[in-house]
Amino acid sequence: MHLPLPTLPRRFAVRAACHRALLLLCLGVAGLAGAAGPLPSDSIYHLDLPLHDQDGRAFTLASGQGRPQLVSMFYTSCQFVCPRLIDTVRDVQRALPADSARQLHVLLVTLDPARDDSAALRGVAAQRHLDARTWTLARSDSAGTRALAALLGVQYRILPSGDINHSTVLILLDRQGRVVAQSTRLGVPDPAFVARVASTVAAAD
Amino acid sequence: MHACRRKALPALLLGLLLGAGSAVVQAADYVPVPAGSLRSVLVSDADPGPVAVASYAMRATPVTRAEYAAFLAAQPQWQRETAPLVFASPGYLAHWGAAADAGASASLTAPVTEVSWFAAKAFCASEGGRLPSWVEWEYAAAADATRADARDDPAWLARILGWYGRPADGPLPAVGGAANFYGVHDLHGVVWEWVDDFNALLVDADSRAGDDPDRLKFCGAGAISFKDRANYAVLMRIALLSSLKAADSTSSLGFRCVRAEGATP
Repeated sequence: MHLPLPTLPRRFAVRAACHRALLLLCLGVAGLAGAAGPLPSDSIYHLDLPLHDQDGRAFTLASGQGRPQLVSMFYTSCQFVCPRLIDTVRDVQRALPADSARQLHVLLVTLDPARDDSAALRGVAAQRHLDARTWTLARSDSAGTRALAALLGVQYRILPSGDINHSTVLILLDRQGRVVAQSTRLGVPDPAFVARVASTVAAAD
Repeated sequence: MHACRRKALPALLLGLLLGAGSAVVQAADYVPVPAGSLRSVLVSDADPGPVAVASYAMRATPVTRAEYAAFLAAQPQWQRETAPLVFASPGYLAHWGAAADAGASASLTAPVTEVSWFAAKAFCASEGGRLPSWVEWEYAAAADATRADARDDPAWLARILGWYGRPADGPLPAVGGAANFYGVHDLHGVVWEWVDDFNALLVDADSRAGDDPDRLKFCGAGAISFKDRANYAVLMRIALLSSLKAADSTSSLGFRCVRAEGATP
């Protein structure tokens, strides 16, 4: 689920390896690009909740640190809004330069952890041909789901039928997990939102 | 980190003083609320019947300022200066002194307010509890002094509604008003209270319009409607809770906790 770290040009890498001080410097830079550094007070990455991706691997919200990310909540048996959510994210990606689209990570967390196990999430990822280098479909536990929804301002209610009545919002996080912009518009993406995505990805270069 | 430690020391001293010097801070009193069923004022189209409620134990009184000060002393990461903004926006403990100082002007036995949902959750976890669900809160709050469900009594409804007409500018009273049928105090008449699933109370007039699918806010069947429109006092609570964000706090919003019956921290 992690994007590969930017690779150094080979010649530079070889030369750097010969010099201990430079090597340490490189390691330091690599560390910053990963998940280090103190979080700003308004970063949602302060929330510590159990998460597993579509392959069942455990990860933390804070591991998203270091790159911009689109976050939303959905559930796999949702018939109408949730498929359109994926379409909308795709349209946002298409509206970006190819380089930028690759740097933008997408994290969709299910509202229905009781039924959406890793296999169900993997099924959606396969069916919708979601590139695992860019897309993570994830689940938490019941309390973690409620807390993440609360943090993101997502309202939801599980009905006895199994349907979930929920609000839908697409949230853009900067590389430190701060909310930069959000959009509740499905279908053709809001151009102002797309522009913020583009500028946030460019700023993260 | 160093700044946190400097702040924690006086806070700890205050906590010790409060703990040793008086009976203000002691183990919270939880009373059992037996299982039953509730005709909730909130119903969804898909779920019109009464809701089954499992038994639980509920804090007899809302969390007080003294109790919250002791919590801040034990968990300085929740002090106003250290809690991340993402969990507690700027109104958090806005009228408190520094660190865990509850402020001399306010009564320590009054309910704590100006706390966010995340902070309230952390407090409840610290005494082995959690925030009640909306249904658990509504179930306990349906009782008057002698009946488990007094909501068909217009005189009772009028009495609890009377509180909302009172001006809210004076200091909050101490907890410990008259006990209800279960032995729970102050569910009405003192403060609003957080519930765990405050973000499940989807109340939005637009959700039923459905004329613009691109702006559709809520997915799935079962838009919520109000079944019992006579119970304005409780409907106003729902309207307030559904308008809040989890990091928000207000000067009239407090909380209490519940836990499994028979549990101790």
